[in-house]
Amino acid sequence: MKIVKKHDSGILEGDLTPMIDMTFQLIAFFMVLINFTQSESNDKVQLPDSELAKPPETVLENYRIIHLGKDGTAVMGTKEENYKGLRTTLDLQYRQIQFSGEEPADTTIVIRAHKDAKGGMVQELIQICQEAGFESFALRAEENVNNGFKYISPVPGG
Amino acid sequence: MQIRNANKAGEKIELQMTPMIDIVFQLLVFFIMTFKIVSMEGDFNIRMPAAAPQAAPPEQMEFPPMNLYLSADAEGTLTGIQLNESQPTSFQALNQEIQKLVGTDSGPGARESAEIEIGFDYDLRYEFVIGAVTAVSGTKTTTGDVVKLIEKIRFNTPEAPEAPEAQ
Repeated sequence: MKIVKKHDSGILEGDLTPMIDMTFQLIAFFMVLINFTQSESNDKVQLPDSELAKPPETVLENYRIIHLGKDGTAVMGTKEENYKGLRTTLDLQYRQIQFSGEEPADTTIVIRAHKDAKGGMVQELIQICQEAGFESFALRAEENVNNGFKYISPVPGG
Repeated sequence: MQIRNANKAGEKIELQMTPMIDIVFQLLVFFIMTFKIVSMEGDFNIRMPAAAPQAAPPEQMEFPPMNLYLSADAEGTLTGIQLNESQPTSFQALNQEIQKLVGTDSGPGARESAEIEIGFDYDLRYEFVIGAVTAVSGTKTTTGDVVKLIEKIRFNTPEAPEAPEAQ
């Protein structure tokens, strides 16, 4: 019996279309979900959650963000120091706001404090900001997807 | 003059896919590496001028002034809630108490005048402060809508932490 050997001189090509389709879909997915507001977050801070914390409907126009870690480290802009020494930075910010023609009293200080930070530290931080001339504050919290209050009862049986 | 057609009929023009696939995969790797799931954040607005304006005369006030105090143990855990004379046992009870005082059916105009001052022990963890602020500032209905309660929230003057006792 004569066996005829097949000779195929053509190049074998896989069909790349489904792979390219999928890859473009993945790129589109990640592009849509990419978050450009990463500069507002800080690794030191884990925000407390609240069921009423919803993203604001109107975007804040004039604001400055202060991150407060649980050890009392405050980060404002590129400066990182203990919150008690923040007055100089705040004074500088106050002058910058005045120089740019804005009203410092209308500038909101957004406080992003760690959930385990002491409440007294946040109070003191607000007081330092008040002394520097700021009046409007926003306490930032993370949206709680589960409904209901997290803290049930401080008193046993309550 | 004879013009020769350079393209012979039936010849396949093949696109170079390799550079495109290279770039596409690089983009994909970039987006995967920079992808981070971030939960949504919201703000609780408080307006606290350094020199607090004088409170309106009692006859002009729709609601009596409210004071909330949160006590904590040494570890910063909440141990008690005091709202004026009552002592709610949880943030849920506090929320119901506020609803009774301010009333969800009193209309947004009336509720705007309600004001509360929140005080707490120095060591109290901030998550409990936000819990209290949540409980006084609004409530969520079963349909998921938010009904605002008290919008004017102030913190009292901070008290210095207690110094450790000398041995």
